[in-house]
Amino acid sequence: MSTTIESPDLLTVDDLVVEYPGKGMFGRPFRVLHDVCVRIAPGETLGLVGESGSGKTTLGRAVLGLAPVTAGRITFLGKDISHAGRRQRQQLSQHLQVVFQDPYTSLNPAMTVGDILSEPLGIQGITGADARRRVQELLDRVHLPVDAMSRLPREFSGGQRQRIAIARALALRPQLIVCDEPVSALDLTTQARVLDLLLEIQQGTGVSYLFVSHDLDVVRHISHRVAVMHRGRIVEQGEALKVTQTPDHPYTQRLLLASPVPDPDRQAERRSARQAHAASQESAA
Amino acid sequence: MTEVTPNVAQSAGQAGVVVRASTWHRLVRNPMGLTALVILGVIVLIAVLAPLVAPGDPNFADIGNVLAGPGGGSWLGTDSAGRDIASRLVYGAQVTLLSAALAAAVAIAIGLPAGLLAGYYGGTFDGLANWTTNILLALPSMVVLLAVRAAIGPSTWIAMVVFGVLLSPGYYRLTRTAVQSVRNELYVDAARVSGLSDGRIIARHIFSVVRAPIIIQTAMVCGVAISIQSALEFLGLGDPMVPTWGVMVADGFRNIYRAPLTLVWPSAAIAVTIAAFVLLGNALRDSLEDLEKVKEKRARPVGPAARRAVPPVAVESGTEHHLLKVTGLGIGYPQPGGGRKTVVDGVSFHVDRNEVLGIVGESGSGKTQTAFAILGLLPDNAIVTGGAIQFDGVYTVAPDDDHVHQDRLAPLRGKRISYIPQEPMSNLDPAFTVGSQLTRPMVRILGITKAAARDRALNLLASVGIPEPQRTYDAYPHEISGGMAQRVLIAGAISCEPDLIIADEPTTALDVTVQAEVLDVLRELQSRLGLGIVVVTHNFGVVADICDRVVVMQNGRLVEEGPVRAILRSPQDPYTKVLLASMLENKPPMTPLLTEEKLSPLLTEDELVQAEESLELTT
Repeated sequence: MSTTIESPDLLTVDDLVVEYPGKGMFGRPFRVLHDVCVRIAPGETLGLVGESGSGKTTLGRAVLGLAPVTAGRITFLGKDISHAGRRQRQQLSQHLQVVFQDPYTSLNPAMTVGDILSEPLGIQGITGADARRRVQELLDRVHLPVDAMSRLPREFSGGQRQRIAIARALALRPQLIVCDEPVSALDLTTQARVLDLLLEIQQGTGVSYLFVSHDLDVVRHISHRVAVMHRGRIVEQGEALKVTQTPDHPYTQRLLLASPVPDPDRQAERRSARQAHAASQESAA
Repeated sequence: MTEVTPNVAQSAGQAGVVVRASTWHRLVRNPMGLTALVILGVIVLIAVLAPLVAPGDPNFADIGNVLAGPGGGSWLGTDSAGRDIASRLVYGAQVTLLSAALAAAVAIAIGLPAGLLAGYYGGTFDGLANWTTNILLALPSMVVLLAVRAAIGPSTWIAMVVFGVLLSPGYYRLTRTAVQSVRNELYVDAARVSGLSDGRIIARHIFSVVRAPIIIQTAMVCGVAISIQSALEFLGLGDPMVPTWGVMVADGFRNIYRAPLTLVWPSAAIAVTIAAFVLLGNALRDSLEDLEKVKEKRARPVGPAARRAVPPVAVESGTEHHLLKVTGLGIGYPQPGGGRKTVVDGVSFHVDRNEVLGIVGESGSGKTQTAFAILGLLPDNAIVTGGAIQFDGVYTVAPDDDHVHQDRLAPLRGKRISYIPQEPMSNLDPAFTVGSQLTRPMVRILGITKAAARDRALNLLASVGIPEPQRTYDAYPHEISGGMAQRVLIAGAISCEPDLIIADEPTTALDVTVQAEVLDVLRELQSRLGLGIVVVTHNFGVVADICDRVVVMQNGRLVEEGPVRAILRSPQDPYTKVLLASMLENKPPMTPLLTEEKLSPLLTEDELVQAEESLELTT
């Protein structure tokens, strides 16, 4: 993995601040992200882990241009995209794509799968037989039958819908896909299938992922490096195994000790370790 | 609104056409819709072909033959100026329909784009547009129309344009609300990421949501426009040179005692046309919006006979000591096309006092249905297709029952069997404080005074690890966090000293750190009070943390049962093996989790879709 890190970064986020305007005319703006710095190399997965309200999703949305950048800089492929306009976004969409958490609302229920997949192609001027061929390739890539093209999203299970969303993200052969909790809404075995697919795609295409999740185990499994977010700040960042198995920051330690393991005796150990950790944190504070 | 969209698909592509055709089909099959369509069709045809259909010139006055009755030279008689009523009715239809169309067109032309822009962008335009519509809505339309006539002169068309402007707020609000409901849908975000321009996002993804309500509204608005237009003419404010139904009503009204029939014909024309528009609006709404509900109209198997008290049935001897015993339970739902869909099939397990049983499975496995059957909370149309449930030596569902007898479960629920739901927030009533929601069941079930219940509630809140019980007691549900809300529900579940708690995914909606604390609370209470607990979950970590025994369910069937260590360490059933293989803990990172031979016991994709459909059917 160390070779990928030496190559120039695909995405760098420097001192990013995101604020949402406050309620009412004189409401104070609400700061969601405080001075966040991350970078992703080509072919690398950065796992972004945190609990609800930590700002992890907002970071992904800021990279995609769906959240307002108040201060700081987002550089992608050597260009500053912090305040990219519609035209620049349209060019960016070839290289930067997204898979959302909820496969039920991320696909327009009124459009066929074929139309959903060819929409990004059409924007880049790929139409007709070319688009059709590409859509078939994409369905094949995510292991869905070709007849899926003429069907509506509601005819598919949650896991299949998430694969359609992945296929849409892959349509333009992007270099970075922001995956916002892509497996959180899925069952255990479906989650395993989608993770397998994401890894297989990365090995085949060399795409990078910004992988946002609340689940430390998921992030450990799929990431090269992991960043831990807590209350809008990155509290720890480093090699995936280091951060997820022997973390330095007390919050990451707390997160790790709170994730249950599927064995009663090891879980009992982890539980007492967590209670001891909580007690030591309390006495330190 | 999102449920509506699949039915109004008109986007490019084959499926869109098919769906549209079926909408049309539903409209025509509805007798109300068909009647309205036929009536409107005939009226439109008459209006278009007026010169051919009309027996004479509508404005030709035969002074020698005024107020003639039907028959003779004219079919329906003549009016006070001796003009032929039938001809005037036919030409009046032209004016009436065109004026209704004009008002609706103006209202749509203003309201729809304004609503789309305001809903999609919000901000200043939204604020300004809201002010404008509020002012328009506050204007009395009749007075405005009278003022316009006074200023500009008698013209049906100008009056209808102005009326269209006055109607536009209706369209604006309808559109704006519909757009706001989808503006933040993830598929709109995905389109933005794809670089789709705002115009194309609105055209492709947002307009389809607005279309159905606009069509329905237009049918209604046409009816209103006709009545307003006729009213204006009736008041004598129309153009006297144009034959319209309103002018005819006015003329008939003046001669109501001499020739009452002259009033009847135009009134009937107006009434029938307006009624047809309103009926068409209703039929359109039925065919465009209420498709999903058809599925819910299912037979209710529970007849009046079910209300009779049921005699207790003795349980099989030797099984009385089990706190809960489920034997061969089957649950099914009637299908819209007849037949039954089985969601739970032949499930048997038991729970003893001081024991925690985990029910593990994925969506569609029937685990929640099983839990709801124990609680007697299955929907009315659920059928117990077989098996029995006994609680503390008494049947709650006897072997030959086909549904859950509420009179057997009602005395147990809340008092001896309690429930911890998955979504803490949606299970607390936002209108009442936490304290009142905790004390009311205690006063009712335990029969203690309010003051005693209050002390008890505060103690309970402290015992589930809430740091400031009094503050939480006085708080409303929106003032506490999700983790606190789940603790409140746990406090409520143990408040009446139950013997058994059914916890349905009690920690799924919580963050891991909160999940760990909530599990601590449950474990401590369980060992202190000697409770039996059934935990429904999909998380093996939760199972390892709290359960003594586990049953694994797949597709409505129980596939494996055993002590927690045996199941988690050496599972026998291939499906349990796949489930455990899907766990990520202790797996080498970046390696495939499911190899081909592991996949074989899993459901195929089609079975998965069916499983999810049955899930939708039951919730």
